[in-house]
Amino acid sequence: MGATKVDGNDKGKVRIFTLSTCIWCKKTKEFLAQNNVAYEYIDMDMLDADEKDAALVELKKWNEKCSMPTVVVNDSVCIVGFKEQEIREALSL
Amino acid sequence: MSGAGTEGERAARVEAKYEKLKKEAAAGGYFLNPDEPFAKDLAESLLVNEERYGYAACPCRLSGGKRELDLDIICPCDYRDADVEEHGACYCALYVSGEVARSEREVEPVPERRPDALIEAAAKGELPVAESQPIERAPSQRAAFGGSSAIPVWRCKVCGYLCARDNPPGVCPICKVTKDRFERF
Ligand code: SF4
Repeated sequence: MGATKVDGNDKGKVRIFTLSTCIWCKKTKEFLAQNNVAYEYIDMDMLDADEKDAALVELKKWNEKCSMPTVVVNDSVCIVGFKEQEIREALSL
Repeated sequence: MSGAGTEGERAARVEAKYEKLKKEAAAGGYFLNPDEPFAKDLAESLLVNEERYGYAACPCRLSGGKRELDLDIICPCDYRDADVEEHGACYCALYVSGEVARSEREVEPVPERRPDALIEAAAKGELPVAESQPIERAPSQRAAFGGSSAIPVWRCKVCGYLCARDNPPGVCPICKVTKDRFERF
């Protein structure tokens, strides 16, 4: 499914649900890149219909509102919105 | 992002969009985010969405791809004023309160105010079927007069401007006085 990998240091599995046009998603991506964290992002607005449905099913499990950005760490911690401090804690940055 | 024209042309269009937003905001008593690169980034995203969908869908929300699914989130969205009032910024933080504009308050993440049924419909890409529950719209979308859910009408004591909404606007869009000059009508 349309996830894009970004290289960096392995801090566990970091998967973020984003929109290509969303400024808070952009800030989240920039924050991870600045801290050299390997992650993958899924730009929900750039997917075809089937991919989008599948991604929404996955996102909904974590975040009922399906809002972006949603950061999921190691399939266990979910952070909704660009909350720098919470992301730092989840990734021990 | 959208391929139309050269880099320079694109930058000029973003600049023009930003200036237009800023001018319209000022004329209506609103404020754009004082972080100019931030606001310009959002201006560019609005241009991208205008090209992509044919209307300026909110850059920070998942569009349903059809105007009828996105009516409440065409910028400026139905939730802007309530979020600026409560959180100091709209969901994307393109529009901010006077306090934020004067750097007296920081912008923090704004929780999503859009009702779940509308988010759901946009995600599915289809309007809810007729027999299902009517969508609970935000207060600002309810009928202004009559009924138990009638929303209050506010009067600007300076110029007489009337508006039906949950709270008076931060600044009177007509004569620009502050909200403390409004009374319940
Ligand atoms: S949240 Fe802000 S930028 Fe997004 S549609 Fe509403 S007013 Fe426009």
